[in-house]
Amino acid sequence: MITEMTIIDFFFFAFAGVTIAAALGVVTSKNPVHSALFLVLTFFSCSAIWLMLEAEFLAITLVLVYVGAVMVLFLFVVMMLDINVAKMREGFVSYLPIGGLFAFLMLAVMVWVVGPVGPDVMGTAALDNAVVHGPEYSNTEALGEILYTDYVLAFEIAAVILLVAIIAAISLTLRKRPKTKYQTPSKQIKVKRDDRLKIIDSDAEVLK
Amino acid sequence: MIGLTSYLTLAAILFAISIAGIFLNRKNIVVLLMCIELMLLAANINFIAFSHYLNDSAGQVFVFFILTVAAAEAAIGLAILVVLFRTRRTIDVEDLDALKG
Repeated sequence: MITEMTIIDFFFFAFAGVTIAAALGVVTSKNPVHSALFLVLTFFSCSAIWLMLEAEFLAITLVLVYVGAVMVLFLFVVMMLDINVAKMREGFVSYLPIGGLFAFLMLAVMVWVVGPVGPDVMGTAALDNAVVHGPEYSNTEALGEILYTDYVLAFEIAAVILLVAIIAAISLTLRKRPKTKYQTPSKQIKVKRDDRLKIIDSDAEVLK
Repeated sequence: MIGLTSYLTLAAILFAISIAGIFLNRKNIVVLLMCIELMLLAANINFIAFSHYLNDSAGQVFVFFILTVAAAEAAIGLAILVVLFRTRRTIDVEDLDALKG
């Protein structure tokens, strides 16, 4: 039976298809740079799906934080490292059956529990309390209202986690090169004239 | 007509793909980290789908925190990777056996 497809259905299947195809590209690409770029595509199409679920703020956050920051970091690191691609691909084919089997089993179980086929033990098929909001509704405002009231402690802990991550990343990668020459501003400021300049009286004739 | 089950199935497919990716690319740490990012994305899709269909914004707050932790994890993981490459000149998982585990 062919049911009528609404525009929402069309967009969902289009973006879901792109998401899945790009995710397959991430795990099967030979080159890690291609994997990173496929992951960017996955995030983009996923943010479109989040937009359809009326999570506008998080959709934009996904693009800005993930595509803008995390994936650029990934690309930088991939390009910094000298990876032997051929050696990294060893065992790809031999692990394909077991990996595919595990993935298929997990997928079958998960779809059995929550998906359109199976006993629907969670009752997800009938669950629909969704409210379609009008254009005056602001998702950012709604999220901010509970983020800064009910979840303010968790919000501050998240800030501390980010601070710890910054300190950890910098202290891990910082290295002092022994041969590097650099200026010490405090010493430069403290210098007095007498340290650098000495006036000596000399006889003009001696120098001749 | 798409409903909650469609979104949950999409997340399940993404999760299964990233599981397969961890099996297939078990030598390359960079791709392993990318597969973990994919898994977190699948979890986030579940959170947002339930948040929408239960009409409860708390799920979106959780996604916010997962994004924070995932960004921190990626930053520290890649920093460790860079230090590792500097000292060992390799990122092959099989060469990283200094702990004799």
